[in-house]
Amino acid sequence: MIVGLYNYWIVVILMMIGFYIVIAQGNLIKKIAGLIIFQTSVFIFYISIGKVDGATAPILADQFSQYSNPLPHVLILTAIVVGIATTALGLALIVRIKEAYGSIEEDEIQEKDNQEC
Amino acid sequence: MLAHLPVLQVIVPLLAAPSCLIIKRPVLVWMFTLMVSGAAFLISIALLQQVLASGTISYEMGGWAPPWGIEYRIDELNAILLLIISAISTVVLLAAQTSITAEISEDRHTIFYALYLLSLAGMLGIVSTGDAFNVFVFLEISSLSAYAMIAMGQGRRALWASYQYLIMGTIGATFILISIGLMYQMTGTLNMADLADRLPQVANTKTVLVAFAFFIVGVCLKLALFPLHMWLPNAYSYAPSIVTAFFAATSTKVALYLLIRFTFSVFGYSFSFTTLPLQELFLGLGLLGIFIASAAAIYQTNLKHLFAYSSVAQIGYMIVGFSVGTSAGLMATLLHVFNHALIKGALFLALGAVMYRVNSVQLNDFKGLARQMPLTMAAIVVGGLSLIGVPLTVGFVSKWYLVMAVLDNGWWPVAVLILLGSLLAIVYVWKIVEVAYFIDPEPGTPQVSEAPMALLVPVWLLVAGNIYFGIDTRLGVQMAQSAAQSLFGGSP
Amino acid sequence: MTFSLETMLQLTIFLPLAAVFGILAFRRNPNLREAVSMISSLVVLYFVVQLYTGLKDGEVITVDWLQILPGLQLSFTIEPLGMIFALIASFLWPVTTLYSIGYMRHHHEENQTRFYLCFAIAIGCVMGIAFAGNLFTLFIFYEMLTLSTYPLVTHAGTEKARQGGRVYLGILLSTSIAFFLLAILGTWFVAGTLDFTAGGVFGPDINMTVVSIILALFIFGIGKAAIMPFHRWLPAAMVAPTPVSALLHAVAVVKAGVFTVMKVCVYIFGIDLLDVLPSTQGLLYLAGATVLLSSVVAMRQDNLKARLAYSTVSQLGYITIGALLASSIGVVGGSMQIAMHAFGKITLFFCAGAILVATHKSNISQMQGLGRQMPITMAAFFIASLSIIGVPPAGGTWSKWYLLMGSLDAQQWAIVAVLLISSLLNIVYLLPIPFRAFFPKHDAAPVDNTLKEAPLASLSALCITAVACLVLFFYPQPLYDLATAILDTTGGAIP
Repeated sequence: MIVGLYNYWIVVILMMIGFYIVIAQGNLIKKIAGLIIFQTSVFIFYISIGKVDGATAPILADQFSQYSNPLPHVLILTAIVVGIATTALGLALIVRIKEAYGSIEEDEIQEKDNQEC
Repeated sequence: MLAHLPVLQVIVPLLAAPSCLIIKRPVLVWMFTLMVSGAAFLISIALLQQVLASGTISYEMGGWAPPWGIEYRIDELNAILLLIISAISTVVLLAAQTSITAEISEDRHTIFYALYLLSLAGMLGIVSTGDAFNVFVFLEISSLSAYAMIAMGQGRRALWASYQYLIMGTIGATFILISIGLMYQMTGTLNMADLADRLPQVANTKTVLVAFAFFIVGVCLKLALFPLHMWLPNAYSYAPSIVTAFFAATSTKVALYLLIRFTFSVFGYSFSFTTLPLQELFLGLGLLGIFIASAAAIYQTNLKHLFAYSSVAQIGYMIVGFSVGTSAGLMATLLHVFNHALIKGALFLALGAVMYRVNSVQLNDFKGLARQMPLTMAAIVVGGLSLIGVPLTVGFVSKWYLVMAVLDNGWWPVAVLILLGSLLAIVYVWKIVEVAYFIDPEPGTPQVSEAPMALLVPVWLLVAGNIYFGIDTRLGVQMAQSAAQSLFGGSP
Repeated sequence: MTFSLETMLQLTIFLPLAAVFGILAFRRNPNLREAVSMISSLVVLYFVVQLYTGLKDGEVITVDWLQILPGLQLSFTIEPLGMIFALIASFLWPVTTLYSIGYMRHHHEENQTRFYLCFAIAIGCVMGIAFAGNLFTLFIFYEMLTLSTYPLVTHAGTEKARQGGRVYLGILLSTSIAFFLLAILGTWFVAGTLDFTAGGVFGPDINMTVVSIILALFIFGIGKAAIMPFHRWLPAAMVAPTPVSALLHAVAVVKAGVFTVMKVCVYIFGIDLLDVLPSTQGLLYLAGATVLLSSVVAMRQDNLKARLAYSTVSQLGYITIGALLASSIGVVGGSMQIAMHAFGKITLFFCAGAILVATHKSNISQMQGLGRQMPITMAAFFIASLSIIGVPPAGGTWSKWYLLMGSLDAQQWAIVAVLLISSLLNIVYLLPIPFRAFFPKHDAAPVDNTLKEAPLASLSALCITAVACLVLFFYPQPLYDLATAILDTTGGAIP
């Protein structure tokens, strides 16, 4: 039971690690890193559910009768692209934040905002 | 051509977005964007007519039949949302060029419009599609462009607000992605209609419950349901005024659409409302949202902040209507979606006009503004009255139906709470009126003149909508009614 | 030029609103601006009188506008109670305009255009309330009245005025949205209609508890009727210029409140149902308590306008009592009280304003011996006081008489006692003012005896209303006929 579903365990552990980093870390870049881990765990989840034991990639050939489901893999290609876009945008924002605030630590930014008003 | 309207609705703004980069000259880009949004508006009207005349439209993307191909499916609910989004977008765009010249440096105008169109395409896509994974993709298209647009706001706070929104939004979207994955795992399909067929057979599994939970949390993040609303006030306050007006009127509504679509059409009424304590949960959160967010709004000195908190409170009203779990309640929610789009569109655009002249929306800078910008302030007053729910405005109509729906269930205390909630709205709206009308400007503040026509016309178009649909309620009521009834088609 | 009665009904509502544009157009020329106000007020009065003759001839005058929500129309219809209210308001509008011309100019008030403008809107709203054919229409105009009078209350623009305005708007809007609207929704939910119907809208098989709660919601929700504890707005609104206090807070706004209470009691509940509802009794006592308590508070006020304000709260309680007595004589007394109190109280306010303009005095303690300087004003004050107290030869006698009869008829001994005690209190807080003005105490500071009356326009206005108080005593018949016709469900001509 536990070993058989090892792929889910990996997914859940990665997800929790990523989520924890997003919440607990004050450094903006680390937060983004956490977000990437969080998203990656979902990618792995999609990929693993499409894989059929003992089956091969869905390329038609005479010697194979069992194929993995390619649809989740294709879907997750899209999600990966979205993830990259999110990461890029997040990092770009961090660059601008660093320019504007002179810091990429959450608490310092918050403090500077509070001082203003 | 007519048969392809569902896809044109999305593809026109989607393809127009990169075209902006080719045109380059800001004024031309603006006119082009306006044209595209206008076209989307016309398409949405045509779609609504088709739906009302001949029922649900199903469009097979690329000729692949569902459930294998991607289906675009337009019923009454989608058609209304499409109409609201494209109409508000068009009106807001009328004001865009004037407003952003004051708030965004000129070399970024072209990019701004491209992002705007992407965001519009994303929202229209979420609403049109009948495919669960497509929802995620369009959600991210609209969100990513939203983050970028918010970051274009003046001052460094816009960057920070955008970053926070990015983190929260991505978490929400990823939750939805997980939910879709789990659903696919259980049913092997992504088509919503197909999912609705197959989910009941596996409804008792833990996997489906988890999928549902992930979906609800994800979508509530996106729709800024209290207490998941933290990202919204800052994002709305520091974004360029045009963006705020557009998003306040549409983006949370799209998330609400997803909530309705998935709970009613995909998971089904009986699963959503009987298997889980969704009703109690949403009723409680909705009411808490109304009171806490309204109370927070009272203490704001930045008017964009104030109305952003008020938006969170208004979402509370919609969620209360949703939690009633009857056709009448759902109708009240849909009606409020429509009406709130008009109210908040008008209010935030008017704030944009103030921003244009005064370059601030701090309450202190509103002193005596009623004399200097009478038409703009009158618009804020009418919008505020509508927010309170004074008769002859749209706000009254939705409140009327909401209370009726609640009374239908015999929830008298809830009806009282809803009305008490409007009292809080009086307080924060009147705070503004008092400052603008009855306090003289501080000596030394420069005299400003009325906002330019390019801003006043769209503002007053929306204000007129507030009054017109508050008096002639047939259109809104009929649309909301037929959509609510169609959602309740098969279930009790 | 002849109009059909239906057209005239609509014109009485539209004309004041249309006058807004005239007032705006002539904002640079005070004479023309005031002429517009005056002429439109007279035309409205003419129309209302025409409508009155139509009603007397037994005509059914109804106008339906558009349908807002399914089953909810904006519609207007004329019945005797509304007619009383409309007649009072339309008669007192030109009189008050006359008064304001003298007052506002002499007192050098600012923003006079805004004043006349909001005034006209308020009158239009009052007409809408008076002729409303259902609760929904009434509610709309009720709210519009609140909003349109708010700028009048805060007219002075000082921090005190804003504070007053905040209380005014806060209480009126909150009660109307939290309670009144809920009561309307409840009525709609239980009865399925909001149309004013003779004998009430609730069917025989209703849940008494629910309907009782609805009644309580109505009584509290109609904040303009100033039932305690929701009376605070009325004294707060006294920061307004005196003509505003006079017309709006002696006539238009407060009367809109009690008129609505009366209308709800008679045409939504019906006095038969009211008689058996468990909550009626408690609310009746509450109204009685309001009458007594506010009389006591009035005695302690030295500021003349504040004293008059609390006196108004108390007198409004009479009308609510009349409605809640659930006897036909009570209704007659209550609706006559609407008229009698209007004329009496507006005269008193006019006098207060006249004193302020002529001598800059606003406290009662300063008014000793004032009768030498302002004999006409103080004489008018005396007549109006008599009317408020309810002794001959002033009109208030009749309404008090019928109210007393009504409470005897309903065997409400406590209320009988309230009415009698309150009359004594009225004497205590009102009569000393004119008395001391003519016969100052010996130790009072000497005053000069030169005649120093208010401007002619204001003076003539207060004379008109004072005379009206007397006329209503000797010639109350038309009013009485209208009041008795309210419960005459058979319809037809009024004798």
